[in-house]
Amino acid sequence: MKAARAGSAFLKAFAVIVALDFLIVLGALAANPPDAKAPAILLIQNATILTVTHGTIEHGSILIRDGKIAEVGQSISKPQGAEVIDANGQFVMPGIIDCHSHIAVDGSVNEGSVSVSSMVNIADVLNPDDIDIYRDLAGGVTVANVLHGSANSIGGQTVVIKLRWGAPASRLPFKDALPGIKFALGENPKRSNFSIRGQEKRYPATRMGVEETIRAAFSEARDYKSKWDDYNKRTSAGEKNLIPPRRDLRLDPLVEVLEGKRYVHAHCYREDEILMLLRVAKEFGFKVRTLQHVLEGYKVADEIAAAGAGASTFSDWWAYKVEAYDAIPYNAAIMTRRGVLVSINSDDAEEATHLNQEAAKSIRYGGLSREEALKMITINPAIQLGIDQRVGSIDVGKDADLVIYNHDPLSAYAVVQKTLIDGRVYFDRSRDIAERADREKEKKALTEKEKKAAAEKKAEDKKSEDKRQNEKKPDDRPKPPQSGQGSGADETDGVGSAADSDRGAL
Amino acid sequence: MNRLRATAILRNSLVLITAFAFPTLLRAQQPTPKTDAPKAYALLHAKIFTLAGAPIENGTLIIRDGKIAAVGGQVDVPQDAQVINAEGLQVYPGMFDPVTQMGLREIGAVSSTVDSTETGNYNPDVVALTAVSPSSEHIPVTRVAGITEVLGVPASGGMDSFGPNGVIGGQASAIYLAGWTVDDMQLKRSVAMVVNWPEIQTKTFDFATFQRKEKPYTEAKQEYDKQVTELTDWIERARHYAQAMGHAGPADYERDLKLEALVPVVRGQLPLLIFADRSREIRNAIEFCDKQNLKMILAGGSEAYKLKDLLRSRSIPVILRPTLTLPLNEDDPYDRLLSQPAELSAAGVKFAFGSFDNSFARRLGQNAANAVAYGLPYDEALKAVTLYPAQIFGLADQVGTLESGKIANVIVTNGDPLEITSEVRYLFIRGQLTSLDNRQKRLFEKYSARPKP
Repeated sequence: MKAARAGSAFLKAFAVIVALDFLIVLGALAANPPDAKAPAILLIQNATILTVTHGTIEHGSILIRDGKIAEVGQSISKPQGAEVIDANGQFVMPGIIDCHSHIAVDGSVNEGSVSVSSMVNIADVLNPDDIDIYRDLAGGVTVANVLHGSANSIGGQTVVIKLRWGAPASRLPFKDALPGIKFALGENPKRSNFSIRGQEKRYPATRMGVEETIRAAFSEARDYKSKWDDYNKRTSAGEKNLIPPRRDLRLDPLVEVLEGKRYVHAHCYREDEILMLLRVAKEFGFKVRTLQHVLEGYKVADEIAAAGAGASTFSDWWAYKVEAYDAIPYNAAIMTRRGVLVSINSDDAEEATHLNQEAAKSIRYGGLSREEALKMITINPAIQLGIDQRVGSIDVGKDADLVIYNHDPLSAYAVVQKTLIDGRVYFDRSRDIAERADREKEKKALTEKEKKAAAEKKAEDKKSEDKRQNEKKPDDRPKPPQSGQGSGADETDGVGSAADSDRGAL
Repeated sequence: MNRLRATAILRNSLVLITAFAFPTLLRAQQPTPKTDAPKAYALLHAKIFTLAGAPIENGTLIIRDGKIAAVGGQVDVPQDAQVINAEGLQVYPGMFDPVTQMGLREIGAVSSTVDSTETGNYNPDVVALTAVSPSSEHIPVTRVAGITEVLGVPASGGMDSFGPNGVIGGQASAIYLAGWTVDDMQLKRSVAMVVNWPEIQTKTFDFATFQRKEKPYTEAKQEYDKQVTELTDWIERARHYAQAMGHAGPADYERDLKLEALVPVVRGQLPLLIFADRSREIRNAIEFCDKQNLKMILAGGSEAYKLKDLLRSRSIPVILRPTLTLPLNEDDPYDRLLSQPAELSAAGVKFAFGSFDNSFARRLGQNAANAVAYGLPYDEALKAVTLYPAQIFGLADQVGTLESGKIANVIVTNGDPLEITSEVRYLFIRGQLTSLDNRQKRLFEKYSARPKP
């Protein structure tokens, strides 16, 4: 009895953990200590400041204290002890927020074996050494929504990161940002354009099946949730000895979606599947936070606006598959005009390095204003990710996540000079260039060292091999590998035949 | 003074159609050329960038019978010319994208719409022009970006194309981005023989199965050597074949279409367009062409900067892949491909920009502008999307500048044609005012007009 009661208390405690575990874990990961390398007070002077929320300030200054924007205006006097960045003739805008990224992921982004893979979490595999973090930083990106691929109707859990190059994985997540989950509709989850040899065709294989996969998962999640609700209600009413429902790692994140604690970021293309998801969301009472890619969003912009879903799209990608054939570079403009909150994303480490240029395309295609174009890579994605109180514009109190360009950023001639996160310069073009010679030297030295070590090892190996050979009787000599069995020892005499048979198999 | 004269002509001209001041009305002009189209056009009051001299302020450009009849500050306007008042606008030669799969691939993921790469490793006899679909929706979409002619290049990959490209990929064709038929579109049927220089690849990724594959270096090297040997063999056989063809008297050889296609190559009449990115492969390709005495144009060239002196000394021109591409190596400077054009230009290497794609062809100007942002002189960038590709492929007597006698491939813009926000207002291909309508614009208009539900 006693043991059972103790057990149940443990389980009860465990149940609470179940409900909160993800947030707690993330919270622990993201407990950012104040940044030692950021100056306490930083003043950016003489810049053209594109605030995004309240116009452009010519010859303006931004005062940063402890990583936050303390003052923005035309006449800010330099406080005692402030570091100064003279941005004369340069443009400052809020750090770019990329609402669809796959950088900083260790290994594959797709868990493709099942169509509901909500149990996996991209936060578990963040790779802080991914060079694309630095490259995107050099393109002015400060925040990225890191997502799984689109192999699953309901994909894995997602995480918003700040591009703190040099920091460990634990310091990449954006503290306080709500976690998300990736959904995918259309050709990718139905595996239209891929087949894996030896693997059976996976359900779903049609858009009908994609809908039912999502409905079935949420139907389960709803039942699961009601079991937990019932259990929690009865235990808090004082009932003893209740056995909690069995925890389901796949359904937990979906319960969070139902409870509004986790954002849905849904990859989609065609107008019909967009409406399908909005319908399913309505049926189960959750919101779609962003429709990703949403290349036919312009066809159902009113419906998207009415559902309160955001749209995060490409500037001008098209025709790489059937569902991208009706993609138009006017998509962002039409959706904006019809009241949808729109962002321009990258989905690609390279594309992310010039999102400012991609946003500018909506001025050319669809006639958005400069302000509207800028918003699509700053405040709009910030709102979509629920972090607009912290980032996305140059306003007092916000994080000092800023980009400094040498030219108007809505132009192909603008080059990022500095990127700041939390008031710290994480990218500095002139420093990068100055350090290149040293890095080249370091690389050379390391290469030499490695070559030397390899040569020594080879000599060593040869010595011991010779020794062994001498000890062996003649008929013990190694035979060439059998055909079809690549030995992997590519420097032995037998490699020729092994290689030939491998090539035959290719 | 010319301005006054031109204004007078403008007033008097009977054929002045004010509609042409409003590009939206151009939509009525469906594909080109129109059978009843005027024979002559006069562009007045424009700033004209001929790229064959200093820009002409308030200049006049006359187009007649598909060619540029006159260009300058003091030019008589023919009575029968349709006059376009281009005041406040700028006139340039149309842009030339030298590596595309235009018309050869409609939807990347749908193989039935893809004709860009033949199967097998050696296909010197296939010609891009044969498979160019004049109805491709990519053509009018690309035109709007100010591109008037391209090369259709077989076996040249593309952003959404995976899989092997073979070694000898076939013949690239120069095409106009307008025409009722593929014959109308032909600028030159065969301008280069495509070679994908073999790579020593120890790591490959199979997109069909999403599997990574690795093999030992020695094995990869053997495969590489085998391909280079085969390529050498093809060239040598073609040389023998050319000799046999050259003998007077009755032919005493069996006709071989593949070798026949290589004859202009070994005779030095057709350059090889060799795709290679890493310096090792580029160097090997150069040595090969040296030894075989073949004319070479390099395509790709991500590490061309490492061999800039060699490229200059051998006068090997380069078609650079998009500057908006990440560096090949993790430890390369982040802006490696962005700053390379400036470096090559300073070293005296001749190059042109290419999109290496079809759906991204419209980013050609953007790619050139980004190179300017990283140090390339602006005039060089502009020439690298107009005159230089024309020169590299031996077409500069026809396109690439605005000079009297050249084919009238002309764009009229409201600003710098390389800048993202600039718009093309008028576009001429072979002297025909060509529609700026396209599938994307039609969808835009259709859904902009959708009533609120």
